[in-house]
Amino acid sequence: MRISRRILAGLATASLAVTATSCGGGGTSGSFDDTVTVGILHSLSGTMAISESTLVDTEKMAIEEINAAGGVKVGGKSYKIEYIVEDGASDWPTFAEKSKKLIDQDGVPVVFGGWTSASRKAMLPVYESKDAFLYYPIQYEAQECSNNIFYTGATPNQQSEPATDFMYKRSPAAGGDFFLVGSDYVFPRTSNTITKAQVKQLGGKVVGEDYLPLGNTEVAPIISKIKKALPEGGIIINTLNGDQNVAFFKQIQDAGITPSSGYYVMNYSIAEEEISTIGPEFLEGHYGAWNYMMSIDTPASKKFAKSFKKRWGADRVVADPQESAYNMVYLWKQAVEDAGTFDDNAVREALVGQKFDAPQGPVEVMPNHHLSQTVRIGEINAEGGFTILEETGVVLPQAWNQKHPSSKGFACDWTDPSKGEKYKL
Amino acid sequence: MELLLDSLFNGVAIGSVLLVAALGLAIVFGLMGVINLAHGELMMLGAYTTYVTQLIFKLPILKPFYNSYIIVSIFLAFIVSGVVGILLEKTIIRKLYGSPLETLLATWGVSLILQQFVRSVPLAYGAGLVISLIIGLFLPASFPSKIKESINFKYFKFSSWILAALTGVLTGSIISSTVSKLSRASARNVDVTAPSWMRGQVEIIGTAFPKTRLMIIVITLISVIAITLFLNQSAWGMRIRAVTQNRQMSDCLGISTEKVDIITFGIGSGLAGVAGVAVSLLGSVGPNVGGNYIVGCFMVVVLGGVGNLLGTVLASFGIGIMTDLIGAGRLLSIWPDMPIPLSNTINFFATTSMARVMIFALIVIFLQFKPTGLFPQKGRMVEN
Repeated sequence: MRISRRILAGLATASLAVTATSCGGGGTSGSFDDTVTVGILHSLSGTMAISESTLVDTEKMAIEEINAAGGVKVGGKSYKIEYIVEDGASDWPTFAEKSKKLIDQDGVPVVFGGWTSASRKAMLPVYESKDAFLYYPIQYEAQECSNNIFYTGATPNQQSEPATDFMYKRSPAAGGDFFLVGSDYVFPRTSNTITKAQVKQLGGKVVGEDYLPLGNTEVAPIISKIKKALPEGGIIINTLNGDQNVAFFKQIQDAGITPSSGYYVMNYSIAEEEISTIGPEFLEGHYGAWNYMMSIDTPASKKFAKSFKKRWGADRVVADPQESAYNMVYLWKQAVEDAGTFDDNAVREALVGQKFDAPQGPVEVMPNHHLSQTVRIGEINAEGGFTILEETGVVLPQAWNQKHPSSKGFACDWTDPSKGEKYKL
Repeated sequence: MELLLDSLFNGVAIGSVLLVAALGLAIVFGLMGVINLAHGELMMLGAYTTYVTQLIFKLPILKPFYNSYIIVSIFLAFIVSGVVGILLEKTIIRKLYGSPLETLLATWGVSLILQQFVRSVPLAYGAGLVISLIIGLFLPASFPSKIKESINFKYFKFSSWILAALTGVLTGSIISSTVSKLSRASARNVDVTAPSWMRGQVEIIGTAFPKTRLMIIVITLISVIAITLFLNQSAWGMRIRAVTQNRQMSDCLGISTEKVDIITFGIGSGLAGVAGVAVSLLGSVGPNVGGNYIVGCFMVVVLGGVGNLLGTVLASFGIGIMTDLIGAGRLLSIWPDMPIPLSNTINFFATTSMARVMIFALIVIFLQFKPTGLFPQKGRMVEN
């Protein structure tokens, strides 16, 4: 008994040490008049750490770039940006707790943070009650529009809608039936509700739909359903998350569900980073839809990829979420300079209408706190990147989706006090 | 006919993944009564062993034998997880026999440590550490008994641990300098690619079956047969069964219960390693891979009846077939014109997540009527 307690105490200490959080700071100061400290809040430990740490790297890089170019200029003074990195630990209540700490204790004017919708939903009440400002960089299911959050990722009409249109009209499986596969949480379910409405409008047919509980990698029943529902091939829309994709693509290839036999998978959660983990040999010939792809052949895109590799290592890749994270730091800087103050409310007003020449092309902040963006459809190639097949013009964001039955006919506008979060069009 | 065959195959395929994962636990939890929450992490070590073996077989010297790496990794995974299991037994679990709550907490702690270990230690040095453990644990035991009984044996033991540490560091640095992918620590999930002869499908009686699934079924069958033969035919198997049935009496009759415990736990852990090889063929390999299976493993063992291998086998195949029947909505294709309310209910449960809910519910109901599982243990020990 005594021994067991001692061992347990030892284990407890060990696991505490393992989950200890990390904090960071700026560097040496040059010729600046003053400094401003911002908050960065992503998971640096736990399951989400692999994905979210790439955002921390990108945000640090953007801040370093801004500092190297003279910092933020407010009221004739130049401010050096410093940052406090907090660890959300892949645990949603921790995100809320750390947000409180950053706002109350550290007094930061802005927090860049979050990845999963669950973490955003946990943080939202904190920012609303304290009237603080969160910048959130991930493509998500929308159906939300907060005055205290700025969303720089794609809404469904900036990703899944053009993708569904492409699959039904112009892909090799055009006119075929749809099968929807996703992980069992809010993003895939909302996204698929929208896709179903859209496919119906297009005149197509959704012949099956299945959700895999998070953490489950047994896809055999899904495979037999796909084979039954789409015996001659067809379109599969995939919103599986993380590792589940590995199990899915390994096993569908073994079961003969491949592009060469007429099955084409459109993915909404697979970017360059994920392709290298899953292995391009399993993904070649399938599709992805994003605002930014590393293979975009413009000087801005190449410069972004090059500086990221230079800063963090030649084997690193950049992907859509990182580009969104990069944009939001620059947009914040522009808004602060326009507002002439770090004050939240003034910056929020100055933010709407900000334009930025992003790596994906020009983006603009809309009155609903989302970005107008370009959508690209790419085919995954053997090198682990996307071959861009088509790109839309600039697509305006819909915070309330116009195809989802619960939000049809609604919009969001924070510039007009009479409209606000959700008003009828 | 084709439908039936397809359904049966899918059920057996799902069941065999459950079975191979639960087999080790059936021994550790079933025969020894140890609640080992680190079982999933022992599987994870097996999966990482497969990954390391795969990379080593890509080296120029071993390249010609690349296609057989999966067979080699089965044996290596058994040894690696077995050795880590033995270390676990010797250092922690041995001191906690008879106190299940403490065992549960301690093994959970071990599982966290093992997860963090693969995240923050380069796999090359991890492999080196395992090699030193193997030498350190087994070299002293292989000395002739004359030396073992001498008073100077502790020096032999000590020097063999030094030798072990040196060999470990040496192999660690050799591996890390030759295979660059193993020289850095990474929390990223890695990927095991099946050799070309195991990819694709094979056609049996007009139906196509994925080869990896067949391979897993074969691995499972061999493991079950081997462990049954071992328990029922070998001398050590008999001793294990004797200790399970009556520890004090076996002790009195001269069976070294300490040795039996080590062997039983080692074999159970080794089987977890073999399961790791199997699951690495299906999905990706990462620090959390074991956690996905641990609940399923306990479910199978409890449903089958603690301490009964046949129960474990039947329970896994039962759950596998039920998962396929409910989750893939097969009942509808077997009986197409069933009444509407019934078919609506079945459609509602015909998704993977709802099928899981249904299976858990069915198991809970079943355990209400038979709390000790399919094949309850009978005998004097149970009454105590």
